[in-house]
Amino acid sequence: MTDTQTQDLPGGDMFTVGEPIADTKAPGGPIEQMWTTAKFDNKLVNPANRRKLSVIIVGTGLAGASAAATLGEAGYHVKSFCYQDSPRRAHSIAAQGGINAAKNYNDDGDSTYRLFYDTVKGGDYRSRETNVYRLAEVSTNIIDQCVAQGVPFARDYGGLLDNRSFGGVQVARTFYARGQTGQQLLIGAYQAMERQVAAGTVEQFTRHEMLELIVVKGKARGIIARDMVTGEIETHLADAVVLASGGYGNVFFLSTNAMGCNVTATWRAHRKGAYFGNPCYTQIHPTCIPVSGDHQSKLTLMSESLRNDGRIWVPKRREDCDKDPRDIAEEDRDYYLERIYPAFGNLVPRDIASRQAKYMCDEGRGVGPMVGDFRRGVYLDFSDALSRMTREQIDAKYGNLFDMYQRITGEDPRVVPMRIYPAVHYTMGGLWVDYDLETNIPGLYAAGEANFSDHGANRLGASSLMQCLADGYFVLPNTIRNYLASGPYEPVSEDAPEVVEARQSVESRISTLLSINGERSVDSFHKELGNIMWEYCGMERTEEGLRKAIDLIRALKDEFWRNVRVLGSADTLNQSLEKAGRVADFLELGELMCIDALHRRESCGGHFRAESQTEDGEALRHDEEFAYVAAWEFGGEGGAPVLHKEDLVYNFIELKQRSYK
Amino acid sequence: MNLTLKIWRQEGPNDSGRLVTYKVSDITDDMSFLEMLDVLNEQLTAQGEEPVAFDSDCREGICGMCGLMISGQAHGPEVTTTCQLHMRSFKDGDTITVEPWRAEAFPVVRDLVVDRSAFDRIIQSGGFISVNTGAAPEANNLPVAKPKADRAFDAATCIGCGACVAACPNASGMLFLGAKITHLSELPQGQSQRDARVVSMVNQHDHEGFGGCTNIGECSAACPKEIPLDVISTLNSDFRKAKQA
Ligand SMILES: Cc1cc2nc3c(=O)[nH]c(=O)nc-3n(C[C@H](O)[C@H](O)[C@H](O)COP(=O)(O)OP(=O)(O)OC[C@H]3O[C@@H](n4cnc5c(N)ncnc54)[C@H](O)[C@@H]3O)c2cc1C
Ligand code: SF4
Ligand code: FES
Repeated sequence: MTDTQTQDLPGGDMFTVGEPIADTKAPGGPIEQMWTTAKFDNKLVNPANRRKLSVIIVGTGLAGASAAATLGEAGYHVKSFCYQDSPRRAHSIAAQGGINAAKNYNDDGDSTYRLFYDTVKGGDYRSRETNVYRLAEVSTNIIDQCVAQGVPFARDYGGLLDNRSFGGVQVARTFYARGQTGQQLLIGAYQAMERQVAAGTVEQFTRHEMLELIVVKGKARGIIARDMVTGEIETHLADAVVLASGGYGNVFFLSTNAMGCNVTATWRAHRKGAYFGNPCYTQIHPTCIPVSGDHQSKLTLMSESLRNDGRIWVPKRREDCDKDPRDIAEEDRDYYLERIYPAFGNLVPRDIASRQAKYMCDEGRGVGPMVGDFRRGVYLDFSDALSRMTREQIDAKYGNLFDMYQRITGEDPRVVPMRIYPAVHYTMGGLWVDYDLETNIPGLYAAGEANFSDHGANRLGASSLMQCLADGYFVLPNTIRNYLASGPYEPVSEDAPEVVEARQSVESRISTLLSINGERSVDSFHKELGNIMWEYCGMERTEEGLRKAIDLIRALKDEFWRNVRVLGSADTLNQSLEKAGRVADFLELGELMCIDALHRRESCGGHFRAESQTEDGEALRHDEEFAYVAAWEFGGEGGAPVLHKEDLVYNFIELKQRSYK
Repeated sequence: MNLTLKIWRQEGPNDSGRLVTYKVSDITDDMSFLEMLDVLNEQLTAQGEEPVAFDSDCREGICGMCGLMISGQAHGPEVTTTCQLHMRSFKDGDTITVEPWRAEAFPVVRDLVVDRSAFDRIIQSGGFISVNTGAAPEANNLPVAKPKADRAFDAATCIGCGACVAACPNASGMLFLGAKITHLSELPQGQSQRDARVVSMVNQHDHEGFGGCTNIGECSAACPKEIPLDVISTLNSDFRKAKQA
């Protein structure tokens, strides 16, 4: 199915091109009516038949837990999996800022259309219009649902819900629960799911890791999971499978993601035929606590709201970089964002703020400790704000963040300027899905951060939580219904060749990992991969760098399978074994990310190709060539991946260049 | 700094377990306690000894996954989670004892990892508001007075880490339970199931083998989210009212 005209494409020696693809599920007609039409056209399942139908859901974050709760309430038989000891600990819990919804409670001109517009524009026109419109449309129901569950959103003195505005938009549509919005939303979804566990519709498997997808006669029919306590390899079969297993930012080793976040669930599905959409789109967040040394295991995000009052600067002269910042005179400071972007100043979007910080450090004007031969930090200074506001006022606004910073760094940002540096935060790529959130494997769905569809090349703040809950509470229950209506599908036996094969491949992979007994720890491979990815496939990418990265990753992968050391056995809790499996998948994903980044010779959103910039150094998109989704098909062991393009058709929004000058 | 660690090693639920002494060096102030254990584990791996198993995920103080008894204190010498405890709280030459949470209701899985699924079963017994998706009324139809909203919020910040249980001489889970009861009882949405909820959650708590509360207060003192002791008063008064009803 592939052709040979790849030589003209950048990096065309690394992949082949397959047939174009398209979403065929979104109904026609005006965009405002599509979702209503789709819900009506989707087939119904009689309540009595629902309990005969089963769904496996991998992941209990906002997307997975909300889907499990809702499908359970509807009466389907749901099996839910997560690798933590409790579903309540999924990574969604860490989200701080808030969740968007077009409620227009402030009457400031918000609407479904405006949220839709902002999201498409914010994603640099690389998301799919129809999916995004639906997201905006169901956003208001999410808030109603969560409030009814008892989620304690911030309220004003009249007892009504409070809103704030978030980076890149001009209306206040963000609902929040102090700095713990993700936690409160997740607890709501978790409680709704536990209610179904008690009701017997949801079966919960904690400390279970999905290690393989089962595909029988072209349809997704189950998973192979490992009980992480006993080591038992289990087969779970169902009529449909949902992957809501989160993002893959941990390919960079250091990121703001939780330690266990991984790509295994989606990568294993990719290897079984599911297309991977836009893997190279990584979001980098500008306000994280910088790396302090070699032993750092993860990075911590400081809420973006700090940029409302903090001013960002570095010393004008390199010689000043190791001075106490309080001794650097005003005229020797470079408030570079205010200088370059006078209109937006410190509030430019995430990708721009991040890239500029990197340039300052690359120029040798970074601050903080030397990590390697670099200082990776810039100042975020509150001294102006402290002279404008009282200490009480500033503490009321930022106190908990200041305390968190102080706990981690040992420095009080009320006294010395905070230091920040960009860090990997979120991945916009994920499994390719259509309007129904179904992958190209029938019966396999992907939701939340695990799919690719809604955020394009860049995600606006507060819109991932919205997407996860939209997918889980409102979209999937309606679209899976249509698929299940044709079921129950023919029962699959545990002895079916596809099942046996899936199981054996898991077992042999585990025994291989345990038998290599080489010299290097799993973490050392993960760190090295992370360095390669950050250096060459991070904030700025070049053809030369990406080619180098691909070579380095291939060599590292080769070494991994010869020289990794995983101790212990397969039949107990074995954390090195868990990590080894995940790093093995990250090595393969990392290579695909670089190939994807290499072929996209344009800059957009979280993907900045140095070869494609305007005269004054801003990102330059090439819509004529690249207004498509890159959906990658696995090319077989050692084979080249196959690129399928889905053209992005904008019928309702006109494409424009983003500008923040 | 150089440290001596005495770490609980237990191969599985049926092993009796013992403290094993290890030395670590080159530990810096800015490492978190868990990063210090990462250093130890790299060292053990290099020596061919199996690394120490311990739980963590967010390493940001919010998921509640980490949790160790550090020299007899839940989460260690500061009021925070283990992942947010930094080595600047220790001195060169210190000897530190590291053990898992100890409670009958939290069986040890391996080394420092325990099974806290009893908390999930307590939530299953009633820690929710029964509302099906799609059945929710417009959010602003039901205002919540700010003081009530704030108190509900404070209680809702419990991360389910289990430090309260580990710190309590009775291994009581009342602080965890009281936090959930208070969160839901303060809100108008939580009223219709209020009585039934408290009775069934208390029953489940006792059934899991957690002890009773004798007002010692170690739970609240150890709680990284500073859940106040008075959530237990709310729990008790709701329980009494429900029993009378
Ligand atoms: C620090 C931080 C702050 C953020 N703040 C915001 C914010 O303010 N607003 C916003 O909108 N977004 C925010 N985000 C992004 C947002 O939190 C995430 O994108 C979102 O929560 C992802 O949810 P999810 O349901 O897709 O997956 P997750 O919550 O990541 O859940 C993944 C689930 O899958 C399970 N899992 C994974 N792999 C396997 C496997 N192989 N087998 C079994 N189970 C598996 C895990 O156990 C877990 O249950 C933030 C992200 C971070 C890191
Ligand atoms: S009450 Fe505090 S100590 Fe107990 S589980 Fe909740 S957060 Fe942890
Ligand atoms: S690891 Fe999440 S709270 Fe410590």
